[in-house]
Amino acid sequence: MLTLVGSDQPGIVAQITHVVYHQGWALGETSMLRLGGNFTIMMMVAGAESNEALEKVMQPVAYRLHLHLHIDEISGGLHQHALPNYQVRVMGSDRVGIVAQVTGILAEADFNILELTSDVAGSADEPVYIMTIQGHSVSELESIEKALSTLDDVDVSVKPIEILFG
Amino acid sequence: MAIREILKIPDERLKRVSEAVEVFDNTLRAFIDELEETRLASPGAIGIAAPQVGHFQRIIIVDVSNMRKPVENHGHMILVNPEITHWDGFELGREGCLSVPDYTGNVIRAEDIHLTAQDQWGETHEYEMTCFEARAIQHEVDHLDGITFLDRLVSRRTDLFQRKVYQKKSKKTEKIKSK
Repeated sequence: MLTLVGSDQPGIVAQITHVVYHQGWALGETSMLRLGGNFTIMMMVAGAESNEALEKVMQPVAYRLHLHLHIDEISGGLHQHALPNYQVRVMGSDRVGIVAQVTGILAEADFNILELTSDVAGSADEPVYIMTIQGHSVSELESIEKALSTLDDVDVSVKPIEILFG
Repeated sequence: MAIREILKIPDERLKRVSEAVEVFDNTLRAFIDELEETRLASPGAIGIAAPQVGHFQRIIIVDVSNMRKPVENHGHMILVNPEITHWDGFELGREGCLSVPDYTGNVIRAEDIHLTAQDQWGETHEYEMTCFEARAIQHEVDHLDGITFLDRLVSRRTDLFQRKVYQKKSKKTEKIKSK
């Protein structure tokens, strides 16, 4: 798993993936997005050579783009997608603890989070926290809703996800 | 009858536009039986379109009557030359496809549709559909025009929460006006 983080600027993805490609490494699933003025990259990279070799070829381009570089050996592979059956949306005036409280309740409902994105909207004076979670749980909709209804200062909606295959 | 092979991306034939059915004979009905058999052999498939098995005529089969959580439906439908004549509202939903293995993604579809289609005997029927069934029809009709859900993907981060609220308000307003 190759992780790169640093101040956003145009051309990061092109320059990073150019090096990965031309040094003979293959990309798998990736997540690349801007968070708070930073650009964040996590990507599965596969190749015949060692971690050290990958780090050696990535270091110059990361340095040039002022990105933090981090490499971990992982055992994951492709084609291991898990499908969500619930989407949880949370919105409310920003305060500390929203994510910890919501995900704590979900964990107790054996809810496995597959994807979580959160953002702060509104203004600096009145920030609004918006979070979307997709995940899988064998718990009933009503029991998840009931557990989350204990949070009374945020709007929470739980919706079953019915994936269409056709 | 036989189970047909399903075309999978990046097969270029999935981009081909299918032609209208003009002859409603036993050959057509025999093909429809094979199409249905192929759908039933694909776990979880609530629909199938003829071009997915390399047969480029405007024929789809949709059946959302057996969902784990029941949804509004018209039962098992064989739809020949289907035409969506009216669209209303929009909804984000997650889709997968027999022709796109191991991938699902979010797609915006109309919430309510009106549909005109013929059956396997050439008789014309009209339908009004909503939500999941309407989504299934739009997914399958797209195949007839050489379009897969990959052509309509929206970002995983896209959320229509605020617009949905707006949508509901506008519907209420319409009702008040019509009174």
